[in-house]
Amino acid sequence: MSDAVKSLSADSFDQTIKSPGLVMVDFWATWCGPCKIIAPVIEELAKEYAGKVTFAKVNTDENPDLASRHNIRGIPTLIFFKDGKVLDQVVGAVPKTQLKSKIDSLV
Amino acid sequence: MVYDVVIIGGGPAGLTAGLYASRAKLKSLLIEKGLTGGLVTTTEWVENYPGFEEGVEGVELARKMETQATRFGLEIVQGAVADILPDGKIKKVSLEEGGQFETKSIILATGAHPRPLKVEGEDAFRGKGVSYCATCDGAFFRGEKIAVVGGGDSAVQEGIFLTKFAETVYIIHRRDRLRAEKILQERAFSNSKIRLIWDSVAEKIEGDNGVKTLHIRNLKTDERSALDVQGVFIYIGYNPNVEFLKGLVALDENNYIITDENMFTSVPGIFAAGDVRKKQLKQIATAVGDGAIAAVSVEKYIEENF
Repeated sequence: MSDAVKSLSADSFDQTIKSPGLVMVDFWATWCGPCKIIAPVIEELAKEYAGKVTFAKVNTDENPDLASRHNIRGIPTLIFFKDGKVLDQVVGAVPKTQLKSKIDSLV
Repeated sequence: MVYDVVIIGGGPAGLTAGLYASRAKLKSLLIEKGLTGGLVTTTEWVENYPGFEEGVEGVELARKMETQATRFGLEIVQGAVADILPDGKIKKVSLEEGGQFETKSIILATGAHPRPLKVEGEDAFRGKGVSYCATCDGAFFRGEKIAVVGGGDSAVQEGIFLTKFAETVYIIHRRDRLRAEKILQERAFSNSKIRLIWDSVAEKIEGDNGVKTLHIRNLKTDERSALDVQGVFIYIGYNPNVEFLKGLVALDENNYIITDENMFTSVPGIFAAGDVRKKQLKQIATAVGDGAIAAVSVEKYIEENF
């Protein structure tokens, strides 16, 4: 497990999404196939954008309240925050190139 | 550098073609547009792939296939194919991201994607109740009501899976009997959470923050009704991924690639394997068979033509 993508709980969530700059949170669970496929992609992005974008993840089984608060009905869902506010979101496992252009458009 | 074979698509057909080609010492490259594994990764549990007597997780099966193929030298790159130039013996495959590969042969193993319903509300509620992947999204409907649209293996299997979470699962099917395997039908009929709605089609999806209502119509009586559901899972079949081919190889009336039994398409040196190919049964078991045959056909084609 890499430290590049911080695992969040209800306690650390609000503070993290207010981190300076763009914050991307990956809502995932252990039983979700596409989540397992996109996880290494997010790890890579976290390294490539280190210092520019904050990457974090929320296990929806351990944090059902955070999932329902964001009206998550499918995973993986990637939500982009700035100053604690939702900017955009991506549902489903999408290719790295697509995620990169999304991040570049939001940074 | 010229590859012996470029395989487009990293599902079971493409990975198996890569396994056989690289074991035959062909210089092999696999191009995957998204994430390797293909549709298998959206299946929670695969019960009908031989060798796994208790079944196997879809993702795990895909990972094993990938590891096995790369062990023998298959290269995998991520990219979307923009164009194939078939001129002459050496073909060129270019990527949308830039970059071009030269190859003696090509195997098209691009698979298929879930067919959309094309009803109002489908796009608007995607990820907000509309789903094509029960494995990914089912758990967000604990104690709620779900509609599954379709009547084939996927619809029934995923409908049964969804009863793990949902209070009620309606299966909405346009005919008066299911197409799914008999064993799946028996499981569905004996499941008290599943309600079958026959002869009906979905017409419209409504809601606010999430799905609230699915409007359906009975094809025999023309009667319309509204189902109170929070989720709509769509399993009405697949469309082959052939857009990038722009008419390069011959397709059937449903856009599936026509091949002979050795996976030759209408263009010499271009082969097809797996769900993208016109055939009766689209399963992992048949995809891997196609992949193996395509790789051996490539080997023979190269021997005879280079």
